[in-house]
Amino acid sequence: MSEKFDCIVVGAGPAGISCAYEMAKSGLNVVLIERGEYPGSKNVMGGVLYRKMMEDIIPEFYKEAPLERPVVEQRFMMLDKQSASTFSYKGLEWAEEPYNNFTVLRAKFDQWFADQAVKQGALLINETVVLECIVENGKVIGVKTDREAGEIFADVVVLADGVNSLLAKSLGFHKEFRPDEVALATMEILKLDKKIIEDRFNLEPNQGCTFEIFGDATKGILGTGFLYTNKDSLSIGVGTLLSGMIKKKIKPYELLEYVKNHPIIRPYIQGSEPIEYLAHLIPEGGYHSMPKVCDNGVLVIGDAAQLVNAIHREGSNMAMTSGKYAAETVLLAKERGDYSVRTLDTYRMKLMGSFVGQDLKKYKDATHHFDKYPQYFEQYIPMLNRAASQMFTVDGTSKWDKQKKIWNDLGSNREKLKMARDILRAMKVVK
Amino acid sequence: MSGVTKAQTIEEKQYLVRFNADTESHLHVLDHDTCLSKCPDKICTIFCPAEVYKWEDIRMHVGYEGCHECGSCRIGCPHENIKWVYPKGGHGIVFRLG
Repeated sequence: MSEKFDCIVVGAGPAGISCAYEMAKSGLNVVLIERGEYPGSKNVMGGVLYRKMMEDIIPEFYKEAPLERPVVEQRFMMLDKQSASTFSYKGLEWAEEPYNNFTVLRAKFDQWFADQAVKQGALLINETVVLECIVENGKVIGVKTDREAGEIFADVVVLADGVNSLLAKSLGFHKEFRPDEVALATMEILKLDKKIIEDRFNLEPNQGCTFEIFGDATKGILGTGFLYTNKDSLSIGVGTLLSGMIKKKIKPYELLEYVKNHPIIRPYIQGSEPIEYLAHLIPEGGYHSMPKVCDNGVLVIGDAAQLVNAIHREGSNMAMTSGKYAAETVLLAKERGDYSVRTLDTYRMKLMGSFVGQDLKKYKDATHHFDKYPQYFEQYIPMLNRAASQMFTVDGTSKWDKQKKIWNDLGSNREKLKMARDILRAMKVVK
Repeated sequence: MSGVTKAQTIEEKQYLVRFNADTESHLHVLDHDTCLSKCPDKICTIFCPAEVYKWEDIRMHVGYEGCHECGSCRIGCPHENIKWVYPKGGHGIVFRLG
């Protein structure tokens, strides 16, 4: 393959496909390299895709794309051993166009999305691993693949190779991530009849809901469980910082079983049949863990750039936006005939000026904070449940007495003071 | 249990996944003595989501065929004792849904 491309994109996930799509649409000669059998075959996502950022790439994609259900209700469950306090928002405005977000199955969605990029003229090469970037005079000029004579050259290489971006690492953009910068998530797809899903989750046909589950879903470790409704299946999973899993010596698949068999969760999945088991890392280091995202002839997008907002379970949307900005920057570079970092830095500026950079900045200390002070998950969620139980159990005790009991349950004055400080601290890191 | 779910053990879970395993491993324990003498917890045998790593008497057995390619072992090994690369193009795990 001696042909030179305008751009090589490594990795056909939401970031890479968005980027390739935009460039191909503008007439650039783009090759998209995927190591799996097909795009999506290596990709894992809890399953919520946000409409806006996808529509910035393909308007009205939801009329054609293989989606599961538009989400009309989002629940947040504070789970204890035998109880849960739940906050939920259901909005039927989300059941109508243009929708807010959708549940999706990534292997299906990514294949469709990559097909759209191919239709725009991108060349998709599956089953090919990029082994390294070819660097000449301090500039990336191509990649070496595991194919025979598999060197490919281009003006720019875009790294969209995910959380395990061996390429960005080998270019010295970041050191190896630490166990407290990544979350290990396991999930299962559970087959369940459409009608049962709709009855059980109070949904009309073509409506979906999501549960985010805190507290006992992770046995108090920083992380979350989730349960999402697909067309005729459920996605259930749990993820915690890898460091937490190491510290508590928890087997991830046993934690998943724990969630599935939790007395509060179990009724929702009753009678379902597991049809796929998946595990993946999520880059949750946030702002502080972001690697260098551009250099001469190279850009880094999506998970490879640690673009995940763990607090709001957003990632694919950031991936797509970063892919779009990268594409725009490559176009600008072509126009100027300058592929050095001087022009490519436009990408970083756009990214950091957008909601992606802003949100990462807003929550830059959040993960670290909640990891450092485990009492939020270990103590306060059970405390909240005990308080709710006290207040809602009618047993002839007056409400004043109940409040007194709840107040005493908070502990000594010193402990109360500590709690007040924790609340202030938490507000500070998410404000 | 309640009959809610099958696939409770990791073996049963792994049967739900399609693998197109290469004949060569993409995961290598660099020094088995490090596992033996410096790593009492053999922590990779605990946190690996596919139970790829199994401690057998004096050495680490690596069942790379069932690897999900998540990268946890590379990042989580306290002794940086695992050489981790992607399986050859087209090989390894093949997700059909997730």
